[in-house]
Amino acid sequence: MRQGLTLTALLFLTNTAFAQDTHQHDHGAVQEEPAHDHNAMTTPTIDHSAHSAEPVDHSAHTIAPVDHSAHMPAASAADTEAPMAMDHSAMSMGIDTPPENARDPHAYSSGFTHGEGPYAFQGSNPLMLADEHHFMSLLADRIEYTPDTKTGNYELQAWRGNSFNRLVLKTEGSFSEEDEYENQTELLWSHALDAFWDTQVGLRVDTNKEGKSRQWLAAGIQGLAPYWFELDTTAYVGTGGQTELVFDSEYELLLTQRLVLQPRFEFMLRGKDDSVNYLGSGLSEASASLRLRYEFSRQFAPFIGVESERLFGNTAKFKELVGEQRSETHYFAGVRFWF
Amino acid sequence: MSKQVSRPPLPSKSRRQLLQGLLMGGVASALAPTTQAARSTVGSTTSGTAKVITGPVVDLVIGESHVNFTGESRIATTINGSLPAPTLKFREGDEVTIRVTNTLRVPTSIHWHGIILPYEMDGVPGISFNGIAPGETFVYKFTLQQSGTYWYHSHSGFQKMTGLYGALIIEPREGELYPVDHDHIVQLSDWTDEDPMRVFAKLKMQSDMYNYNQPTVGDFFSDIANNGLGLALENRKMWNQMRMNPTDLADLSASTLTFLINGRTTNDNWTGIAKPGERVRVRFINTSSNTLFDVRIPGLSMQIIQADGQNVKPVSIDEFRFGPGETYDAIIETTDEAHTLFAQSIDRSGFVRGSLAATAGLEAAVPAMDKAEPLSMTDMMGGMSAMDHGAGHAGHAAPAPQNQHDHSAHQNPLSVPSQTVRHARTEYGATVDARVNTPRVNLDDPGIGLRNNGRRVLTLADLHSLEALDPVTPVREIELHLTGNMERYSWSIDGLEFKDSSPIHMQHGECVRIILQNDTMMTHPMHLHGMWSDIENEHGELLSRRHTILVQPAQRISFLTTPEDAGRWAWHCHLMFHMDAGMFRKVVVS
Repeated sequence: MRQGLTLTALLFLTNTAFAQDTHQHDHGAVQEEPAHDHNAMTTPTIDHSAHSAEPVDHSAHTIAPVDHSAHMPAASAADTEAPMAMDHSAMSMGIDTPPENARDPHAYSSGFTHGEGPYAFQGSNPLMLADEHHFMSLLADRIEYTPDTKTGNYELQAWRGNSFNRLVLKTEGSFSEEDEYENQTELLWSHALDAFWDTQVGLRVDTNKEGKSRQWLAAGIQGLAPYWFELDTTAYVGTGGQTELVFDSEYELLLTQRLVLQPRFEFMLRGKDDSVNYLGSGLSEASASLRLRYEFSRQFAPFIGVESERLFGNTAKFKELVGEQRSETHYFAGVRFWF
Repeated sequence: MSKQVSRPPLPSKSRRQLLQGLLMGGVASALAPTTQAARSTVGSTTSGTAKVITGPVVDLVIGESHVNFTGESRIATTINGSLPAPTLKFREGDEVTIRVTNTLRVPTSIHWHGIILPYEMDGVPGISFNGIAPGETFVYKFTLQQSGTYWYHSHSGFQKMTGLYGALIIEPREGELYPVDHDHIVQLSDWTDEDPMRVFAKLKMQSDMYNYNQPTVGDFFSDIANNGLGLALENRKMWNQMRMNPTDLADLSASTLTFLINGRTTNDNWTGIAKPGERVRVRFINTSSNTLFDVRIPGLSMQIIQADGQNVKPVSIDEFRFGPGETYDAIIETTDEAHTLFAQSIDRSGFVRGSLAATAGLEAAVPAMDKAEPLSMTDMMGGMSAMDHGAGHAGHAAPAPQNQHDHSAHQNPLSVPSQTVRHARTEYGATVDARVNTPRVNLDDPGIGLRNNGRRVLTLADLHSLEALDPVTPVREIELHLTGNMERYSWSIDGLEFKDSSPIHMQHGECVRIILQNDTMMTHPMHLHGMWSDIENEHGELLSRRHTILVQPAQRISFLTTPEDAGRWAWHCHLMFHMDAGMFRKVVVS
């Protein structure tokens, strides 16, 4: 989740930009013919032959299949696979598919299963490990208060499930002393797409003190991109033919083992105007924020932060009519915790 | 070899106890204050050198008792109120009867680690037997066909982590090979004040939560200062692209663990008696749940005479690393009034020390811990580590290295381990964050943090069975890849967690070569129950006989096994959290 960073500036690159960047690195690594130190190490070759009992497959040596990932260009499909297969599938939004002749992980079972075959366990409680447990977590990513506007903001995520399939509840919103509030709550089914990415589908319900509350169908992807960027992008189709795309990215920069600087960047695109809610089509809102937190423990950290928000297009026009600023900067303090 | 499998009938008394236990459990849970009252009657724990119990009939009572290792009182799971559990001392050839009574409110079990026995006596609930229900007494009965230093522990829940482990020493029929003045057992373990299941859940939420040695911005700037911007960026490029952390050396650190020596903390300074000039045998057992220890006695060399209870040709070293489950017996000749036994964890987050001294109360200097060394390209990519050195090699047209036995058409291809990497199709999915395509097969690497440290560090290549293992050609090969996804905290074999796996079938009496390739960046102590693991080098030469094998990151290790005992057996990583996460297989021998 957290890594010392290479360059802070990278943060402000767009998703696409660093995706390309990584791809270039990736190809470089693949095309590089590594030097082999035969003295120090003996390096086996790769082969995906399905015949597990056949140790030598000479045919495979000359044209050892490459790592078959769609993102690897044919030109680099040379004799050798990358030293360690890197998983960039997320960047190419493809799935890491095995080669056709990959080894069958059940090939050594002689057809026996855990419950069938010689000496199968007859008791009532066969071995069950934590891989069958369900876990739960609640992350209050930010509960913060902005003194100059006297408003509070919050963003929480809870989940229940295992490492690969989870029911996720996300809720975020704001409230103020004048009893104004807005809230977006999503209930999503999250399924692992690959090592680092989850697809999420479900529902979103907006409730506002003013304007019109809306309901949405949601489909998105959440995960960890190379260079440790946490991304969450979700598309919504809502009542009244509304569409929305929200992109959210975070990075955690460790100043020390406990002092963490977290830049965050978010923007929203919309399909059409929603004048009742003072929202316009196209690029609607964008915000960049910076939070500095101190982790008394990994699970509890107060923070201070600054956020710069900007409204665009019709959204800016609509909101200016009701007295909002086109761009605003706020300072706030808050707390992050999970359990 | 045929064996009589004796499964003792459950005595009727035990059944009564079982019923009583269940009833009491029901009452206790209905009336919470009763539970509290029951808790307060829990006694205190005896720690330090454990009491020795000899056979042939042994009674062990599993219960709870109070411990305080950190200033906070906690409840441990103990045997006869002792942590470590009593040392069991038997003789090779003995038939032993061990009656284990469970006074806990939850099921328990005892596994005899490294002992060759009928599978019903192996003590893995849900595989070899039903476990021992609350109130029940289970009678283990088996004949010891081996000698050496072993241990025993619970195979239920996280009871091992809460204290349920002890030494099992089997004296050779013909007496010990090496006369010594003192014979000490040193059990190194880890303790957490947290509920281990809660620790596991936290790792599922944030897998690096106990790592307080993460790369920081400061590290990056000092790297720039030392090596220049280009190299500093280069150093991070691969790791950051792969979303891997080079300081991910251990899942749990001293931020939650307290390291113990024979159930004592560093401050307690457990002391084994040895006067200057005496010969001492120390039986080191890693009884921890999740810690790899690097062990040394500053100023003294150690002669390793046994590994995993099996005699090896004595080898003189300064330091060794061992993982949970492994044992090493060393002969040490003391020179001073006091020497420090020093064991630091692989991530260098903490250590425990004890002493070898003429009398209790003496102590020698305690060394500083070594600096934690980040994982290297060798650990990430194995044999391709030469790539590490940059673009200078780009454009080399060297073909992929061929198998050593490439041209040996006359030779049985199974006479040497295959070096052709075959990933399972299930490694291409969400359970796996990396696959190693160019593993290293050399055994002479002491591992991360121990390379070139100026000390003679034991490696697998140094260990040779005292009586050479009979050369034998296996009939087939089984290749398995140790896999994981650190971000999701999932651990698996071939990308399959236990629940999704199939058992591995071996024929009774067939010699099988097993290749374990570690596709992860952590070191896994792989423990195969019920049969020996005879390690071989890349040329197919047998080296030593083990029950637990440390497989380093990006390493490909092969060993031979000839299962003699039919049944179902467990096979898993002995890092408890990896085991529980699913790095576990069942083996069917029929």
